[in-house]
Amino acid sequence: MEKKTAVYICTGCGIGDALDTEQLSKVATDEGSVPICRNHNYLCSQEGVEFIKNDIDNEGANTLIIAACSHRVMYDAFNFENCIVDRVNIREQVVWCQKPGDEDTQMMAEDYLRMAMAKVDNMELPEPYKPEEEISRDILVVGGGLTGMTSALDAAKAGHSVVLVEKESQLGGFQGRVQKVATFPYKGTEDNDLEALIQEVTQNEKIKVYTGAKVDKTVGGPGVFEATISQNGTTAEHRIGAIVLAAGWQPYDPKKLDEKLGFGASPNVITNVMFEESFNGGEISRPSDGKDVTNVAFLQCAGQRDPDHLPYCSSVCCVTALKQALQIKAQNQDANVFVVYKEMRTPGQSEDLYRKAQEEGITFIRCQSPEVKASGESLAVEAEDELLGEAVIMEDLDMVVLATGMVPVTAFGMDITQEEKEKKEEDEAKKGEEDLDDIPLDVIRRSDLLNLEYRQGPELPALRYDFPDSHFICFPYESRRTGIYPAGCVRRPMGIATAQEDAAGAVMKAIQCIELTSQGAAVHPRVGDMSFPEFAMQRCTQCKRCTVECPFGAINEDEEANPLPQITRCRRCGVCMGACPERIISFKNYSVQMIGAMIKAINVPEEDEEKPRILVLACENDAYAALDMAGINRMKYNAWIRVIPLRCLGSMNLVWIADSLSKGIDGIILLGCKHGDDYQCHFIKGSELADIRLSKVSETLNRLALESERVRFETVSIIDYDRLPAVLDEFAETIDEVGPNPFKGW
Amino acid sequence: MANTETQSILVVGSGMSGLTAAIEAAEAGYDTYIVERNPYLGGRVNQLHHYFPKLCPPYCGLEINFRRIKQNPRVHFFTMAEVEKIFGEEGDFEVTIRLSPRYVNEKCTGCGKCAEVCTMEIENAFNYGMDKIKAAYLPHDMAFPMRYVLDPALVKSDEAQKIKDSCPYDAIDLEMESKTLDLKVGSIIWATGWKPYDANKLDMYGFGQYPDVITNVMMERLASWTGPTKGKIIRPSDGEAPETIAFVQCAGSRDENHLPFCSGVCCLASMKQATYVREQYPDAKIYIFFIDIRATDRLEDFYNRVKEDENIQFFKGKVAKITQDENGKDLVLRVEDTTTEELREISADLVVLATGMQPNTSDTPLPVEVPYDDYGFVASQNAKPGIYAAGCVRTPTFVSEVVQDGTAAALKAIQSVVRR
Repeated sequence: MEKKTAVYICTGCGIGDALDTEQLSKVATDEGSVPICRNHNYLCSQEGVEFIKNDIDNEGANTLIIAACSHRVMYDAFNFENCIVDRVNIREQVVWCQKPGDEDTQMMAEDYLRMAMAKVDNMELPEPYKPEEEISRDILVVGGGLTGMTSALDAAKAGHSVVLVEKESQLGGFQGRVQKVATFPYKGTEDNDLEALIQEVTQNEKIKVYTGAKVDKTVGGPGVFEATISQNGTTAEHRIGAIVLAAGWQPYDPKKLDEKLGFGASPNVITNVMFEESFNGGEISRPSDGKDVTNVAFLQCAGQRDPDHLPYCSSVCCVTALKQALQIKAQNQDANVFVVYKEMRTPGQSEDLYRKAQEEGITFIRCQSPEVKASGESLAVEAEDELLGEAVIMEDLDMVVLATGMVPVTAFGMDITQEEKEKKEEDEAKKGEEDLDDIPLDVIRRSDLLNLEYRQGPELPALRYDFPDSHFICFPYESRRTGIYPAGCVRRPMGIATAQEDAAGAVMKAIQCIELTSQGAAVHPRVGDMSFPEFAMQRCTQCKRCTVECPFGAINEDEEANPLPQITRCRRCGVCMGACPERIISFKNYSVQMIGAMIKAINVPEEDEEKPRILVLACENDAYAALDMAGINRMKYNAWIRVIPLRCLGSMNLVWIADSLSKGIDGIILLGCKHGDDYQCHFIKGSELADIRLSKVSETLNRLALESERVRFETVSIIDYDRLPAVLDEFAETIDEVGPNPFKGW
Repeated sequence: MANTETQSILVVGSGMSGLTAAIEAAEAGYDTYIVERNPYLGGRVNQLHHYFPKLCPPYCGLEINFRRIKQNPRVHFFTMAEVEKIFGEEGDFEVTIRLSPRYVNEKCTGCGKCAEVCTMEIENAFNYGMDKIKAAYLPHDMAFPMRYVLDPALVKSDEAQKIKDSCPYDAIDLEMESKTLDLKVGSIIWATGWKPYDANKLDMYGFGQYPDVITNVMMERLASWTGPTKGKIIRPSDGEAPETIAFVQCAGSRDENHLPFCSGVCCLASMKQATYVREQYPDAKIYIFFIDIRATDRLEDFYNRVKEDENIQFFKGKVAKITQDENGKDLVLRVEDTTTEELREISADLVVLATGMQPNTSDTPLPVEVPYDDYGFVASQNAKPGIYAAGCVRTPTFVSEVVQDGTAAALKAIQSVVRR
């Protein structure tokens, strides 16, 4: 596209009062030789927009620089198709946060305009990525339990074909072995109608069911996955658009439980799962001899909420115990049923079930450490009742039911990072990779569910306790592998109603991923972004930085360690671009060169003018928005700063630091999201990687006889605008004390 | 099978469930229409300081969601709007929407001139009435859309003309009237959310009588920099720093006389708020009076973290009554220590009532007949063919589960309109 640039300067909202806009125009016309430059006192008005459209239609303007408010507002007014549009934020981040009519304020606005001109010079309109293969709209569901079957049916009802893979010989999963259920509205127990669901799934012509089968191999990416499914020694290949992982859970191994809980000491000490499996002709009976049960104790949190076993709560066991206790009562109204609990957890309407159980005469004992006494035929539980403040002994028990918890199937199998470590220790030849040791690695276990042929490992990375869950409260389906959405108890422990919902939610994301991929657009969080990374391979040194640092596992590797980007997996964060020491990765509208040019466009005054310059690289979602809100609150801060928003701080390339310093810029501050266990970076590791990269700069600075204080990483959240002006002012003071950059004027 | 007249989807309510439902469906290629009662999108999470367990700000996720809306022309929204009527059936609904006047039109640039000249002040609903704002106001810092609002009282006042004249962009329309508009949609997601249980009904706790007895939602505003105290947690009565803070769990919840159900979030919310207090007051003594601590799933980790604080005492027992002591400063909580069976009196100088979540459908039901449960929640996700309930109108729960529910509802709504 032949660019014809036009600059529009809005003088409304106080801009015209605070700035010399005539002078500002000259930056465009004289310095930038921009053919069109116009002022308007209300640019976002219909008239103002028409004014711009007129230039597009009649003057051939196609590269528009709009110096007005933040791009976060008036997005609908300044939306011009097929034009490169850049917004220069001279309202929120200049006139609303700086002294009106001041020389420094003017210089700030002028620099932002220069930076915008440099930016548009270095960008093109993105063209959507189209894979060579046709995009598949089919959905693969791994796991044929309640969640998996619900997912399959929900996807079929939305018009998609489904491949459902279940490892057991029949559909149903754990729920298939359950007699009664307790779910919404939690008024009592109900019959399990899973059989009806199984029928519906098997009869649906859009669903291809494989039982006794597994996924041997998954290659490709969203829209272009190829799954190899094996069943009875034969294999089938399917082209797949997106995947729902509903592989479920395993009960915690009761043999590992504390002896005090008596598992193994008597056949009549069973688990909540065994309870479901021990119905005999519809009746529950004493496991040892099949006799009637009249005295039963349920012990909650068996090996749960316990650092030596499962540290978390499985969320459903309280409701399960209530259900099972009610089943015994229904069988024998005179039965003595005790529930020994630590905390009764019946959130929402399930409190009704707790109330019903109390009404039915079930006895509840709050006790943190009950003990099972089993000898020969006799079975008893001793518990210190916290509410009565005395010891209670439940004797002549026919059965003790231990509430063991749920372990996601992703918790099984060797962690590949451990494997690699071991391999590396053995294999000195791989020494070249030691440089990559600084990169935080994920936990990925060989759990034999998806068998992804990904450079980064065969399964989904997991969070603590091996759940491949999302770390984002606002975005529970943000899995770390694009187009693969975990659902049900593999993601987190949950009951029937939640699992059914979760199935639908995951299918929603899968369908959406297919839709966006077919348009060539990115999925969350940069939804709709058409740009994608392009690799100038002739300059690649096979250093593996990009493949290892990509938080989403979007880059494969060939045998020579050349990166093979899988674009439909890419989230467009630019972490690879930031990581690449050779600077070979760029997007059409976002590149190392583009940001470099923006930095170089900053006018750095001579040392004797005593006007230091500070570059701020800010996360565009959080820190940049916080700066806007400081402006909305008319909070003032230092005028030496020049802000460049980044897609993610992880896209920061160290060359920009070098560019800045050689340009004479005195200080650089990175404003990024919190990292660590409670990371807030929407690209998982972006801000952490930026911090790691920056830490290496200090060394270089010292070598150049520059002070390391010139470069800083500051953790900033979106609501930190109350303290942000002080952070910037303090940094400016530090830079002032350190003195001018000696490279100034070189 | 629905006779599909239109493929667009109506979403009523733009809190986390509604907002999510509308965006998720739009990103899959369907036109969605959001109807929001407030002058801004996002619902109650806008008013929260942090989420548990990450202690991260809700604005962060909202920013992403608003950005998703900005780049997606398929998401349409109406603020200060309510659904008045619904006719028709799955695939072919006709909906009447009532729009209340904002008195500010789309010409508003958000410059704030009107607020600058305005002298009239009104109670700040965003801060639960704990402070005042100008009667020409931006609802909050990240209000989306970023557009001012004029209070009806201001429009009726002598100041009105002056305010109108102050606007350089002719964005103020004093003649604006309530109006209706009709919309054809194929399916409907009802996500009107919840409200805090009215603490005035809890006579025994002296809310409204003792200014230092506040509710958990008010605590969120006290902790926030945009709240009435610029984020300083202080006693409303005298502005002093509290030394002993008591959190009263199940204030009206799990109680047959009030809300018989459990709201599922209040235990974690109080623990989270205890961290707010701790951050500002390293030595403050904190009590959490509870019946059961319901930290399900890995939220247990957060519970364990909070328990490590020696100055936070988890006290098993239900608070029976709160009174003020003779000096009129301290509050006295009468509570039965269930582990010793003693009746104890504990003093605190700030009390936070963990009130529960009441579904908005309990007093503002849908304009069509759908089944509700005993507490006013919509009884099932599929309320009737083509109409789906999502989020806290169905069950009280925390944000990530609400988002999950909103995402699921989006799929259901698509199933109702998909042309097969």
